[in-house]
Amino acid sequence: MTMTMHTATAHSGARHAAAAPSRRAVLKVSAVAGGGLLLHAILPPVARAAVAGPSEAQRRGAALNTFIRIAPDGIVTIMSKNPEIGQGIKTTLPMVIAEELDVGWNHVRVEQAPVDQAKFGRQFAGGSMATPLNYDPLRRVGAAGRQMLVAAAAKEWNVAPSDCHTKNGVVFHTGSRRSLGYGALAAPAAAQPVPDLATVELKDPKDFKIIGQPIPGVDNPKIVAGQKLFGIDVTVPGMLYAVFQKCPVFGGTVAQANVDALKKLPGVHDAFIVRPGDVYRNGNAQGVAGGVAIVAKSWWAAAKARNQLQVTWDEGPTAAQSSTGFAQGALRLSQQEPQSWLRRDGDVANALQGAAQVVEAAYSYPFLSHIDLEPQNCTAHVHNGKAELWAPTQLPEPGAQLVAATLGVPRSAVTVHMTRVGGGFGRRLRNDFMAEAAWLSQQVGAPVKLLWNRQDDVQHDFYRPAGFHFFKAGLDRSGNLVAFRDHFVTFGRNGKPADSAMMDANEFPALLVPHLEYGQSMMPLGVPTGPMRAPRSNALGFVFQSFIDELAHQGGTDPVAFRLALLGKPQVLVNSSGTPNALRDFNTARMHDVLVRVAEMSDWPQRGALPPRTGKGVAFYFSHLGYFAEVVQATVAPSGEVKLDHVWIAADIGSQIINPSGAMNQAQGAALDGLGAALGQAITIDRGRVVQANFDTVKPLRMMQAPPVEVEFLTTPHPPTGLGEPALPPVIPALCNAIFAATGKRIRTLPIDTETLKA
Amino acid sequence: MTYTIQVNGVKRTVDAGGDTPLLWILRDELDLKGSKFGCGAGLCGACTVHLNGAATRSCLTPLASVGTSPVTTIEAMAVHPVGRKLQEAWMQLDVPQCGYCQAGQIMTATALLTQTPHPTDSDIDAAMSGNVCRCCTYTRIRAAIKKAALMHTAEAR
Repeated sequence: MTMTMHTATAHSGARHAAAAPSRRAVLKVSAVAGGGLLLHAILPPVARAAVAGPSEAQRRGAALNTFIRIAPDGIVTIMSKNPEIGQGIKTTLPMVIAEELDVGWNHVRVEQAPVDQAKFGRQFAGGSMATPLNYDPLRRVGAAGRQMLVAAAAKEWNVAPSDCHTKNGVVFHTGSRRSLGYGALAAPAAAQPVPDLATVELKDPKDFKIIGQPIPGVDNPKIVAGQKLFGIDVTVPGMLYAVFQKCPVFGGTVAQANVDALKKLPGVHDAFIVRPGDVYRNGNAQGVAGGVAIVAKSWWAAAKARNQLQVTWDEGPTAAQSSTGFAQGALRLSQQEPQSWLRRDGDVANALQGAAQVVEAAYSYPFLSHIDLEPQNCTAHVHNGKAELWAPTQLPEPGAQLVAATLGVPRSAVTVHMTRVGGGFGRRLRNDFMAEAAWLSQQVGAPVKLLWNRQDDVQHDFYRPAGFHFFKAGLDRSGNLVAFRDHFVTFGRNGKPADSAMMDANEFPALLVPHLEYGQSMMPLGVPTGPMRAPRSNALGFVFQSFIDELAHQGGTDPVAFRLALLGKPQVLVNSSGTPNALRDFNTARMHDVLVRVAEMSDWPQRGALPPRTGKGVAFYFSHLGYFAEVVQATVAPSGEVKLDHVWIAADIGSQIINPSGAMNQAQGAALDGLGAALGQAITIDRGRVVQANFDTVKPLRMMQAPPVEVEFLTTPHPPTGLGEPALPPVIPALCNAIFAATGKRIRTLPIDTETLKA
Repeated sequence: MTYTIQVNGVKRTVDAGGDTPLLWILRDELDLKGSKFGCGAGLCGACTVHLNGAATRSCLTPLASVGTSPVTTIEAMAVHPVGRKLQEAWMQLDVPQCGYCQAGQIMTATALLTQTPHPTDSDIDAAMSGNVCRCCTYTRIRAAIKKAALMHTAEAR
C-alpha cells in the first residue's frame, strides 16, 4: 500500500499522454538550464586512446568511448561520472547508457569515473540536476556505442549496418541467422569512428528494457557487507590521523595555544595553530574559524590529545551575534519600509484598504545543520609537489582547485578520487575539509586522514540560513486573494543576500495576484551559510504555503479549492530572469494536476470524518524543476506531541522515471527528512557560536516517528527532471497545516513547539 | 598495553589503551571498516556491533571492558543465519540511499530477529529507533526486516 507506484491515466489525459520530448527541445533546455553542459562537451574522445595495450584491453576490455568498456566475455563496464551521495546516481546514469547500448543489466558493471570534466562533462551532485543535464546526452553516449558495435558486425559480415539489429548484448544480421556478441565485437568496434552524438538513433521509449525498471543500487552488496566505500574508510600506507578543534565562534582565531605540550602527548606526531587564511586560499571561507589541529598515530590518540588542549581564542566580532538578537533585529526592520523591493505589482496599500478582510502574520525559521551521518573527512597525500586526495565531496573539481590554491601547486598536480559519500544534503558542496586535509598533509609530509567529530560537524557547518517573513494580505467578500505583501528579513551585506538566503521575485503567488509586493531587508551575519537540500525552497515552502493556508481558512474556502483558484487558468509563468525556459518556468497546469491528484489519493473531501485532534494538511511547491503536491495527516496528543499518521505525494517530474525504486526512495526520504527537520531541528546561535552539538539536541527523524509515505508520479510530456530535492519543500507546510486542522493552532515558527499544542 | 579480543570468531591481539573505544580498534587497528563513526555518543547506532550477541554501541565500549565476550561485526553477517537473510532482504528491497548507516541498522535488526523472529511494528520501532538513517529509508528498513523474518520462517519449515 505504501510503496505503490502508478502512472496517472484517468485524468487530464491529453496532458499526460506519454511522449518523448523532441530532441531539439531537450537540447535547448540542456543548454539553458544546464549551466553550459552541451552535447559537444561530452563527446567521447577517440576510443582507441583509452586502452593501454593488448593485455590491458584483454583484461579491462576495449573502450568504445569514455563511458563504455566491453571485455571479451561481454561484460560491459560503464563509468559513473558523478559523486554518489545517496541519490542513486551511480545506478541511474549507467542505466541510461546501458539502455541505449542495448545490453542486459546483468552484464553491466559500474565503476566510479575519475574526476576529469574534459572527458565526462560537469561532475557534481547538486540541484537535482543530474537527470535533466545527463538524460539525453548519456542516451546518446550509449546509442553511439551500439552504433559502433553494429558497424563492426556489419563490416565482419560485409552487410549494411541497416540490415543489422541488436538485442541484449548481441548484434544480429536480420536477413540470416548470423549473430555476434558484444564481447567478440568490442575490439573491432573500438576501431570504428565515433559517431556524431547529435544524430545517433535513439530507442523509442516504449522499447525500453532497463529505463523504467526498479533496479537496486549497484553498491548495495558492498554496503550490506560493510565493505570499504566511504571517504572515512580510506587507508593509505603510512597514514596519520588528524583532528581539528576550531574556534567555536565563527570567524574566530587562535590567540595562543599549548601546541608544544600537545606534541609531547602519547601518539601525537605534531600539532598546529591553523589560520583560515593559510588554508582556504580561494574558497569562500567567510566565517570559517581558525583553530588547532593535532596529527597523531591514530584518530583516537589525536582525539584524546584534544582533551588536553588549552587555548585562548580571539573570538572576533561575530561573538556579538545571537539568534535572539536576529529575531529582535528582524522585528525592528519589519516595522520600517523594506530596504529594497523584489517586486511591486499594482497598488497593494490601496487594495488592502478596499479588502473585506486583512490577514497579518509573522513567520520565521531557524538555521539548520546538514548533519550528514558520515562526519566531514578527507584523506590527503601531498608529496613531491603533487597531491592525491580521497574525498567525499559533492563538488570534486572545485575541491581540486581549492586544494591547488591552498598548496600553491597547479591544478594538474592535484588528483581527487571520488569516494561514496555518507550523505550530502548540500554540506559537501563546500570543500573546506579537503583544503584542511591537504594543508595538514603538506605540513607533516605524510598522508593524513582528517576526521571531524560530530560536534565539529554540527558546529562548523555552512548552515541553512534562518529567515523572517512579515505577511499582510487582503481577501474580498468571496474569500478571493486580492492583495499580498511579504516583507522578507534575511541576512546579507551591501544589498547582497548571504549564500542561500535569497528569495525569488517570482515566488508563488507572484504573477497570480493583481496587487502584490515583496520587500526585502537584510541584517549582517557572521555565521557561514550555504545550500541545503532544496535550498531556499525548504524554508519558503513552509512560510508561503502555510500563510496561504491561513488565507484559505480565513476566507472560509477549502484549502485545496483556494489553491486551485489561485493557480487559475492553465498558463506558463515565465521565470524571473525574463527569458523563457521550458523547465524553469512555472506551469500552472502541471501544479493543478498534482494537486488534484493528491487530493484524490488522500481522500481529501472525507477529512471531516477524522477523529478529534487528527487533521490533514495540504501544500504544493515547485522547485528543482519538479511539481509536488503533498498531504500530511497528523494527530496531536493532549500532551502536544505530534504523531505523523500518513503522507501522500503526487509528483510530476516529466515523461520518464528512470529508476522507479530509487525514485520512490528519494521521494519518501525527502518527505521524511523535511518532517524530521520541522519536528526536531534548529541551530541556535549564542554569542557567535552554535549551542547544539549532537543528535540529542539536533534530532533526526527516527523509525518510530516515520509514517507510511505513498507516492505517485504522473507521467507527462515533459523532459525528465531530478528528484533529490523537490519532494521536501511542501511536506513541512502540509504538516503545519494538518496541525492547524487538528488543533486550530497555527505553526508560524519552526521547529514545531509542542508545548504550544497542548490540549 | 596489549589486549586479546575475539572478533568474528578470531582472536586478535591489539596494542592500545584500555579506554580506546572498540569502534576505533575495529576500524583503525583491525581494518574492519564496516562499523561506522556517526556521533561518538551512542545516539545514532552507526557503530553497532554484537557483544555476546547483543546489539552494542562500539563507540562507547572501552577496549578494556570487552574481555572474553565475542565481538561480531557486519563483516561476519554473511555467515550469520539471521544476518545473511537481512542482507538479502536489504538488497532485494533496495533499502540504502547513501548507505552509511545500513551496517548498523542490519546489526541491530539481526539482534532483534534473533531474539524476536516475528516482530510486530512496535517491536521494530522499539529495537530500531536508536539507529538513525539520515536519508530516512525507514519505510524500507521496516519492510526488509519483515521480509527477512518471512525468509527465516520459510527456511525453518
